[in-house]
Amino acid sequence: MKPPRFEYFAPRTVDEALRLLANHGDRAKILAGGQSLIPLLNFRLAHPEALIDINRIADLAYIRADDGGVVIGALARQYAVERSELIEARVPIVREACRLIGHLPIRHRGTVGGNLAHADPASELPAAAVALEAQLTLASAEGTRTLAADRFFVGPLTTALRTGEMLTEVRIPGLPGRTGYAFVEMARRSGDFALVGVACLMTLDGSGRCERARIALGGVGPTPIRARAAEEALVGHTPSGAALDEAVARAAAAVNPPSDVHGSAAFRTKLARHFTREAVVLASRRAGGH
Amino acid sequence: MARTISIGLNVNGMRHELDVEPRWLLVDVIRDVLGLTGTHIGCEHGVCGTCTVLVNGESMRSCLMLAVSADGGEIFTVEGLSRGDRLHPLQEAFREAQGLQCGFCTPGMLMLAHELLRDHPTPSDDEIRDAMSANLCRCTGYQGIVEAVRLAATRPAGAAAR
Repeated sequence: MKPPRFEYFAPRTVDEALRLLANHGDRAKILAGGQSLIPLLNFRLAHPEALIDINRIADLAYIRADDGGVVIGALARQYAVERSELIEARVPIVREACRLIGHLPIRHRGTVGGNLAHADPASELPAAAVALEAQLTLASAEGTRTLAADRFFVGPLTTALRTGEMLTEVRIPGLPGRTGYAFVEMARRSGDFALVGVACLMTLDGSGRCERARIALGGVGPTPIRARAAEEALVGHTPSGAALDEAVARAAAAVNPPSDVHGSAAFRTKLARHFTREAVVLASRRAGGH
Repeated sequence: MARTISIGLNVNGMRHELDVEPRWLLVDVIRDVLGLTGTHIGCEHGVCGTCTVLVNGESMRSCLMLAVSADGGEIFTVEGLSRGDRLHPLQEAFREAQGLQCGFCTPGMLMLAHELLRDHPTPSDDEIRDAMSANLCRCTGYQGIVEAVRLAATRPAGAAAR
């Protein structure tokens, strides 16, 4: 089908976009890359009265260094992020996660901010953002606030964004030295949403023991799930053997996957075990361990 | 009559000034307003890829983009490949390697292959498969398509990405 009628606005600045949002409230939707919103419009699953197309806001597509980390403007295309040397040097897990989103034509248009604000629980960037402890900047005509990624996602396709608010920036803190990363997933076909995706950041000390671990899983609950108990099982230990077994068991205990035509909850839990193990092993190897 | 917005599109090197409704998809404007029906419409939710065109040199799903959002852009469609009745080397390769059967997916496949060979003139088989996996084909089974891209890549340098 075709999109329903809507009033169309193409603001040139963030302030202008926020004024429009303030005027139209929840009758308006922000259009960024449109790779999720346009299908919803085509199928008439969404019928906003107004669309605020932010693609003309040129200064919202940046990728910049920030202390040891990076800041990414909400309109940065996934393709630009996956090609960024800064991202590769500082937070390569973001590149690895981006590469798994859809296909090249989708990533040419799709944005980081749009992906996060759409909040599909099986999408890759939300899980990566939670593992990275990203801080999201939410702006409205009244001002801005920042929110940690794990508090931003509140349910399937549901975020903490209030009426009149827009996600404008993602701030990713720098990672300690000797940190390895991994984003691994199982999808039925390349480019599909993941049945299960796991993000892991592993920091090792000089003797190969885990100093700090971050593990987040996507596709196995209403939001990305941070597996804190699994992380704790690894700290102080070499991330293998009994410590790894314990972490995998705790990660599996933390998930609450759906059952649908693509896979049963039991199958997804099994995948969560497998890919948590794989993510920890790969991240540890990249951190310089064995 | 709904309100329309004036936009400019450069399509295959030709400048067009158009009045469009904001809700019109780029693919519908390409097909119904400009009459360029080589670009096909399949699933209308970004899965099949038969509507793939290049927008400012980058492959995109034209069913997932509003025409108003493309204002000022350069669009390249399958009609831009051939020179009159002379097929583009990439199209020749698809014919020779039987990279099509019913032909419904072909315009999108050609756009993907065109971009791939422009950016990676000597792609590995893995790179070809990765690029072409963006679009669905429901009859050839992909082997002929991969073979066609491989064949086009062996033709004189630059010919396929002309």
